[in-house]
Amino acid sequence: MTADRGPVKASGPVKASGLVEASGLVRSFGQTPALRGASVSVAAGEILAIMGPSGSGKSTLLHCLAGILIPDEGEVWFAGRRVDTMGEAERSALRRERFGFVFQFGQLVPELTAEENVALPLLLDGTRRAAALTEARTWFGRLGLDGRERHRSGELSGGEAQRVALARGLVAHPEVLFADEPTGSLDSMTGEHVMNLLTTAARDHGTTVILVTHEPRVAAYADREVVVRDGKVSSLVPDPLTTGPGFGS
Amino acid sequence: MSVPLTLLGLLEREPSHGYDLKRDYDALFGRDKPLPYGQVYATLGRLARDGKVVAGEAEPGAGPDRKRYVITDAGVTEFETWLSQPTEPEPHLQTVLFAKVVLALMLGRSAERYLDTQRGAHLQRMRELTELKRAGSLIDTLLADHGLFHLEADLRWIDMTAARLGSLAEAVRGSGPGGSR
Repeated sequence: MTADRGPVKASGPVKASGLVEASGLVRSFGQTPALRGASVSVAAGEILAIMGPSGSGKSTLLHCLAGILIPDEGEVWFAGRRVDTMGEAERSALRRERFGFVFQFGQLVPELTAEENVALPLLLDGTRRAAALTEARTWFGRLGLDGRERHRSGELSGGEAQRVALARGLVAHPEVLFADEPTGSLDSMTGEHVMNLLTTAARDHGTTVILVTHEPRVAAYADREVVVRDGKVSSLVPDPLTTGPGFGS
Repeated sequence: MSVPLTLLGLLEREPSHGYDLKRDYDALFGRDKPLPYGQVYATLGRLARDGKVVAGEAEPGAGPDRKRYVITDAGVTEFETWLSQPTEPEPHLQTVLFAKVVLALMLGRSAERYLDTQRGAHLQRMRELTELKRAGSLIDTLLADHGLFHLEADLRWIDMTAARLGSLAEAVRGSGPGGSR
């Protein structure tokens, strides 16, 4: 019912290191550069926060890592396999079978009920409807959404819709969950609830999480954070070669 | 944290022995820094001298001090006054962060790298407090939230400062001993 978790067929170049890797990513939109040589490595099971000011390129980086965007230059790898040279169909299958997604405004399908929204990744992956809905319903209790299964997105509060989106992102037990400002539309208390659920579910299932946020309180749920600035990635871990009396340690 | 006023607050709840006050103070307020017994009794002695509490007769039993302390009307008034007044908001302009940034810019060192390092340290502390919230009680959450919001405020300042480093460097150099004022 869910995707095959066996080794990826090595139809292209193979590389062994972090689960998700990117090096030297360059990506422009027209004349506007978004990434200017961004590199990052994410270990299996790690929760990484990508921070940075608006327009710094952090969402573009996330979309390149997830195979949604193709970089103009540089390489993206997932599980030892190169992603940026895959064809669209192969990348689409990768996203559907191995990745989950949560976005800022939930982006639920308004015509579907909450449980149908959650079941969507399973249905797209070929699971029979009854089994997919049964699996989807198991998420409602643990996310505090009992009784909301048949509601449509317009009948849900912002926090409820975001929890439904979270369940949809995790229902197929993806290896990597990509989350772009998952609490950006929520108040502090609701955002905290969503982050608790997200990180608890991810740790329970060993899911790798790559999270874009500009909120430090959200980033604090991650194991590690990097900052995207002017299209490049900086680590916040001090570099022993440059941390000295030079800047006041 | 004002120890005398906090002890007055605990005594307004109910008359207590010094031992009980220390136990409750440590549980609620002194997690990182338990209150020494000596400080408890010295504080109670000063409060008694100033008429804020009165000590009952010594009760039989083990231990150095078996007196029960009771808050007086003057003690209640002092505690209520303290509780009703806002704490002076700290002017953050003279913090260590500020001083380090200005000195780094003044000396031509990498203020940006310092701010990144500080940002990393702040986020590490926020991660610890977030973990404390996940594992701890509601009181732990209350304390952790206070710390988290303050750290977040610092981080906003760090972000704004990082965005202004170029113009700040000009301003700092311009106001130095050799610059024009």
